[in-house]
Amino acid sequence: MTHLPVLVVVAPLLAAALIVLLNNRKSAWVITLLTSLFCFYSSLNLLQMVQEVGVISYKLGGWDAPLGIELRIDALSALMLLILTGSSSLVSFYALKSVEKEIAQGKQVLFYSAFLLVIAGLIGISITGDAFNVFVFLEISSLSTYAIVSMGKDRRALYASYQYLIMGTIGATFILIGIGFMYVMTGTLNMNDLALRLPEVAHTNAVRAAFAFITIGLGIKAAMLPLHQWLPNAYTYSPSVVSTFLAATATKVAVYVMIRFQLTIFGIEFSLLEMPFDKILMFLGTLGILGGSIYAIFQKNVKRMLAYSSIAQIGYILLAIGLASHDGFTAALLHMFNHALIKATLFMALGIIFFRFATTELSSMSGIAKTMPLTMAAFTIAGLSLIGVPGTAGFVSKWYLVTALLDASLWPLALLILVASVLTLIYVGRVIEVAYFREAPEGVKQQKIPKTMLIALWIFALSNIYFGLNTDISVGISTLAVDQLVGVTP
Amino acid sequence: MNIELLYILILVIPLLTAASVLICRKNPNIRESVTLIGGISLFFVVVKLALDYDFEQTVTLTLIEPFAGLSLALRLEPLGLIFTLVAGFLWPVTSLYSIGYMRSHHEKNQTRFYTAFAISIFATMAIAISANLLTLFIAYELLTLFTLPLVTHAGTEAARRAGWTYLGILMTTSIGFLLLAIIWTYSLTGTLEFTPGGILDGKAEPAILGALLLLFVFGTGKAALMPFHRWLPAAMVAPTPVSSLLHAVAVVKAGVFTIMKVSVYIFGIDLISSLDTAYWLSLLAGFTILSASIIAMSKDNLKARLAYSTISQLSYIILAAMLGVATGVYAGSLHIIMHAFAKITLFFCAGAILVSAHKSRVSELNGIGRAMPLTMLAFLLASLSIVGLPPLGGSWSKWLLLQATMEVHNMVLLIVLLVSSFLNLFYLVEIPIRGFFAKPIDPNYNNGIKEAPIFSLIAILITTTGCLTLFFLVNPAWNLVEKILR
Repeated sequence: MTHLPVLVVVAPLLAAALIVLLNNRKSAWVITLLTSLFCFYSSLNLLQMVQEVGVISYKLGGWDAPLGIELRIDALSALMLLILTGSSSLVSFYALKSVEKEIAQGKQVLFYSAFLLVIAGLIGISITGDAFNVFVFLEISSLSTYAIVSMGKDRRALYASYQYLIMGTIGATFILIGIGFMYVMTGTLNMNDLALRLPEVAHTNAVRAAFAFITIGLGIKAAMLPLHQWLPNAYTYSPSVVSTFLAATATKVAVYVMIRFQLTIFGIEFSLLEMPFDKILMFLGTLGILGGSIYAIFQKNVKRMLAYSSIAQIGYILLAIGLASHDGFTAALLHMFNHALIKATLFMALGIIFFRFATTELSSMSGIAKTMPLTMAAFTIAGLSLIGVPGTAGFVSKWYLVTALLDASLWPLALLILVASVLTLIYVGRVIEVAYFREAPEGVKQQKIPKTMLIALWIFALSNIYFGLNTDISVGISTLAVDQLVGVTP
Repeated sequence: MNIELLYILILVIPLLTAASVLICRKNPNIRESVTLIGGISLFFVVVKLALDYDFEQTVTLTLIEPFAGLSLALRLEPLGLIFTLVAGFLWPVTSLYSIGYMRSHHEKNQTRFYTAFAISIFATMAIAISANLLTLFIAYELLTLFTLPLVTHAGTEAARRAGWTYLGILMTTSIGFLLLAIIWTYSLTGTLEFTPGGILDGKAEPAILGALLLLFVFGTGKAALMPFHRWLPAAMVAPTPVSSLLHAVAVVKAGVFTIMKVSVYIFGIDLISSLDTAYWLSLLAGFTILSASIIAMSKDNLKARLAYSTISQLSYIILAAMLGVATGVYAGSLHIIMHAFAKITLFFCAGAILVSAHKSRVSELNGIGRAMPLTMLAFLLASLSIVGLPPLGGSWSKWLLLQATMEVHNMVLLIVLLVSSFLNLFYLVEIPIRGFFAKPIDPNYNNGIKEAPIFSLIAILITTTGCLTLFFLVNPAWNLVEKILR
């Protein structure tokens, strides 16, 4: 079990290669599912280890840091692992029928392979203790993401993928430039080492520039308004499996890296006192919440609507980080976790609707609750969770965020957040109204839906309720993660 | 029987009823018997609880604790018992009424109707016996969500639009203001438990406490204080049984109940009496009382007129809670009972008229007393109860309320209340007078007696008897009310 940290990255990497070698559709799915489950199981183990013994450090190839590459798993990394591998397991399960339907036969094997590479990349980002390594894994996941986004049935997927590629590459390049500057100034790439050496040179413009480059680069990756343009198209036109997985994980990993650089590497003193990072985040976060929600209200395509909603939700997370308080960070991490559950459910439900009707336009969803009751019920649960109705996971994060805002005496913002929930109510309500209260077109019968898709959907939907009622796990890990990051217990 | 079990039963019976209704959807007779049986057994459980419960030793049942230190928990206190008794008694009566009404009206989607109805009762009961603000809030939101399909029941464009108004106002106020107030209270005091004497005294500047009170009162949109009252007339597109039980009793009473609870158990009446905001809110309630009455006079649609009358009557209770004196609390609590019986009777009558004479406008009711004498008599008695004349229940709460305004030496509000009684007399008692004395406007009225379906008629008679009985047998209610501040 001592090699577990490296196995969670290596397993999907090897499996990706194996799939291409075997070149068989059925076995590709089986391998993807098994690998994801293995990673999920390992994540649970790692999480337990972190909770029991604290931060896990693994030296790659036995080389000591800073020369060698270090994998470093603290509670924050473990939380990311949990989100990533949990989503990937359920999404893989769901993928069987969805991929069969939506992706050209010749490309399915390659799809699974690229999908595993995305997972490997994202996992790598979350557990590495080396700044340059972050960039490498980021590129692994990004390049494979561009590939799987482009596999959407709609030809506009190609355009969306291209747009994502251009924006993503600019972001990645910015991050690389930033890391380069830091290396020049300190001569090291190990995160802990950087954290030790940066304060000496913190007053230099090179370090400030590095900070700015990295922040903007990550801002693009996280779809922070106004750097969000790639996201709506990428989510709307990519295959359902991809949009589900991306919505649950991709932007959150970028936010994770942001937290990692801001807190672990640059340190709170520099990020928040030296650079006005907190104010920028709070401003852009608020902008994102309002902008994303308002855009979402006016969308005609439900998938696109949810994409804008994701931008708004990233806004919540950034706003919470911007508070720069213990409670604020906790709220941010909590919302990363809960939002993954919410958006995965919503996109999965849409994937099932697309599976049957080959469209996600709102106008084509009249009375769909009569023909697909289970799917729409799950959609409704997650929708309520998105609004933040009590008893759901979304309520828990909203509660923590508003408490954190009130503790910082920012009650106008607290009011704004709650009013923004009403915007969410409007756009979720539009869908529910059309689905439940409009008459279905004549002749549409009860739809048969593959069991695999329904099971995965409902596990996510019920987890929205479970984590709304029992917060021991989600709040527990988030609090532990923040304690480790900030280094103090409040 | 043990109290915890009774708590559970109170919540489970409506849910089981909802589930059984769904299961028996193929057979309307069984489906409706199930609703009725559910209602009656709920009433018995509530009565059992009322008899067994000892307020000296309150019993708390913690269901689950989603946040550290914050739980979903149930605890009964006198105010909550009043609310459970009222709703628990009126639900089976309304079920009886619905059977007559929904059938003769040939409504569609009756299974959805009865299911959502039962779940709404579940939410109402949970509000009534909640032990803290978090539990209350969750139940409050559930009530909004599950009454929505009842409001949009007709499925027409107008119903859809009304549904949006309903949802929009109730959700905006509750999430925007009420939730904020709750979280704020928690961050000030570290608890949300309903505690006799309140939890907020001395925890913050008076200015902040005033702001909090404002958030609580406006956040409780279900209490329909102006300017957040528009949802209630909008909700009148629902079938009449919904307007009767939910939008004259359960939902709106949940609103004023929340305000009463907050003022007694979160602020404490001493703190309320020291806040300027409470004074301004009582004036706003006075304004709502008068302007809603005036709007009611201008409405020709019977249900719309009753809706505005409800808005006006709810503000009586808000006003009572904002006075910050014991008499006010007693008056408000009694008014919850009295108004419930009177207003549900009025709505029942309105529905009866719609079903048997197909009339929904006041101007079409001239002479209808010849065809529906019992209905009109019930309407007259209930109207007099709302006006506050003996020998009807409403006179007690009106009396106490007047006394409370005198205790705080507020002549403005005293006059408001008196003027409002006159207005009530005009716009409510006008209707039976037209019915009995005016020349019949529709020749059908002369063709002998044609009352509502028998089930509905029985329901009307039960609630009317209630209005009368509450005048003579007010003691049990009074004993309960007196315990609130003890």
